[in-house]
Amino acid sequence: MDLTYSEEEEAFRARLRAWLSTALPELPPRPDPLDWPARRAYDTAWQRMLYDAGYAGLHWPEEAGGRGATPTQHLIYLEETEKAGAPYVGANFVGLLHAGPTVAAEGTPGQRARWLPPVLRGDEIWCQGFSEPDAGSDLAALRTRAVRDGDDYVVTGSKIWTSHAEVADWCELLVRTAPIAEDTPKHRGITWLAMPMDAPGITVRPLRTLAGSAEFAEMFLDEVRVPVANRVGAENDGWRVTMVTLSFERGTAFVGEVVACRRTLAELAKTAQRNGSWDDNAVRRQLGRLNAEFTALWRLTQWNVSASQRGGGVPGIGGSVFKLRYSHARQELYDTAARVLGPGALDLAHDWTLDRLSSLSYTIAAGTSQIQRNIVAERILGLPKGR
Amino acid sequence: MDFQLTPDQIALKSGMRDLLAARFDREALRAAVERPGLDRSLWRALGDAGFFALRLPESRGGVGLGLPEAVLVFEEAGRALLPGPLVATHLAAGTEPGAADGESVVTWADGPLTAWLDEADHVWGDTEGAVPLRSVDPLTPLHRTRGTRTHVPEAALLAAAEQLGSASRTTELAVQHAKERMQFGRPIGAFQAVKHLCADMLVRTEVARAAVYAAAVTEDPDEIAGAKLLADDAAVRGARDCLQVHGGMGFTWEADVHLHLKRAWVRAEQWQSADEAAEVLARSL
Repeated sequence: MDLTYSEEEEAFRARLRAWLSTALPELPPRPDPLDWPARRAYDTAWQRMLYDAGYAGLHWPEEAGGRGATPTQHLIYLEETEKAGAPYVGANFVGLLHAGPTVAAEGTPGQRARWLPPVLRGDEIWCQGFSEPDAGSDLAALRTRAVRDGDDYVVTGSKIWTSHAEVADWCELLVRTAPIAEDTPKHRGITWLAMPMDAPGITVRPLRTLAGSAEFAEMFLDEVRVPVANRVGAENDGWRVTMVTLSFERGTAFVGEVVACRRTLAELAKTAQRNGSWDDNAVRRQLGRLNAEFTALWRLTQWNVSASQRGGGVPGIGGSVFKLRYSHARQELYDTAARVLGPGALDLAHDWTLDRLSSLSYTIAAGTSQIQRNIVAERILGLPKGR
Repeated sequence: MDFQLTPDQIALKSGMRDLLAARFDREALRAAVERPGLDRSLWRALGDAGFFALRLPESRGGVGLGLPEAVLVFEEAGRALLPGPLVATHLAAGTEPGAADGESVVTWADGPLTAWLDEADHVWGDTEGAVPLRSVDPLTPLHRTRGTRTHVPEAALLAAAEQLGSASRTTELAVQHAKERMQFGRPIGAFQAVKHLCADMLVRTEVARAAVYAAAVTEDPDEIAGAKLLADDAAVRGARDCLQVHGGMGFTWEADVHLHLKRAWVRAEQWQSADEAAEVLARSL
């Protein structure tokens, strides 16, 4: 068990820190969170800066245009960029963490050449067309149909919770290419397509979240033609292709956020000391408990990253354990912030109030806590499938 | 950074597990419950295996290993519910004659409680006016004492390691029962309500594991406090959930679950309580 970083790793950290200290002052001020075009411009500008400095697609394999960094280097990158207050992936989220790694792992050489470089350069952004009104946690129940017509699939149906749909260039779309039948598992008939968002027949309608912002959208697809050449993986093999994507999501998506939560916790303690709530034993000890929690989550991250490094860079199932605990800890953090702020917690102008509202999505998005518990129970503990 | 067990550490851990399987299996555990008292021959066997002298330098007859290795063997001790003042004797090795090789038993009056006072050959700390309790844990005799808390971070960490082993064991016991026990024509582990109890047990255990192992590597007192807090929680709540999964059987004396719960309660009050740990962690923010 070794928690020290090698000389090479420390040298990487030093170079990154030096670059961040000169690059970050050049960034324009952060845009209004409700202004999607401005957010897109800001996020892609940051991606371009990363690309020019050689940090784009750090953990992608070199043959996919990435830097082939080790999981530990990626961890250092996420730690240092968060500490420096750099933007996270933002609108580049799906391209960098879902669709890109999927195309890199499962796409043809031509597909990699077409789709990966624009993601790395920040020229194109992707959205995720997975969930449907009747297929959320039960994703395999999706109904959006794709019917083959010559060199195209003709796609009809609707998608929901589609983040960045308003400003995306591409959508990683899951469609049904074989009807749901009694005698075959329903995940057998699913296909993964890259759909251009300017294709005729696509209607995007923003959805307002309980935090007041339009974070995601509904998407209606009316006989949208998607070339068969845009299919990644075989027809009806999209479920397996998707599982590749989801393991990336649960593996590393929250690393930077743990660093951010530890910073928020330190600020929270300072606020409590200033406003007197520190003298309340229950509040102070709760802050102490959260310190234990987020320190342990950081150590668990290092544990998972080390396991993945030994396993050849493949994110393991430890991601479900992490996601379950982290999503609840984040909610506790902002509930405690509300306790420290008192009536001030009802002021939407306070960042922590918005963060408290948005934390409510963490136990739902990317697989609810209930689904994660099923995964842990069935795949790690080996309990029988059931209801 | 390679925050995983090394091959030597894996071998040490499984060696300790084998030793305990041979010398303190379930039958021995149940026999100990019926006839409380410290098994001196087992104590010497632990001494021979280097359990107490693990961290003494080889020049002084020790094994020359570090805190991470000590944590791994204490985890196994916790898993097997091994009784005795293990932490105190381990810490006294090298100072108190006979402690290192298991020839003598050392206990420590640690603030409000002292374990194994009557059986110990050496007692550290102030035990004046010690009053025996009817200990909730049939395998840990306790006295109330009035001395001040010792606050030795290493002691808290080794107790946390025992809690981790216990949490890990009760998770296994619950999962095993959930796979075998049939109700409504299927194993109870097929029902989500049971499944989710088990999943939460694993999550608490693995978070505690990361905290305990990391604290053993850094030896940082704040991280040790966090490890104790999380391991206490994993052990106590794990035993309660395990009891629940066992249903009516879990409430009987014959099931081992209550022994894990009672020992976890005792350890949660030893060396550093949850409130004390939380205060340390709040101060370090």
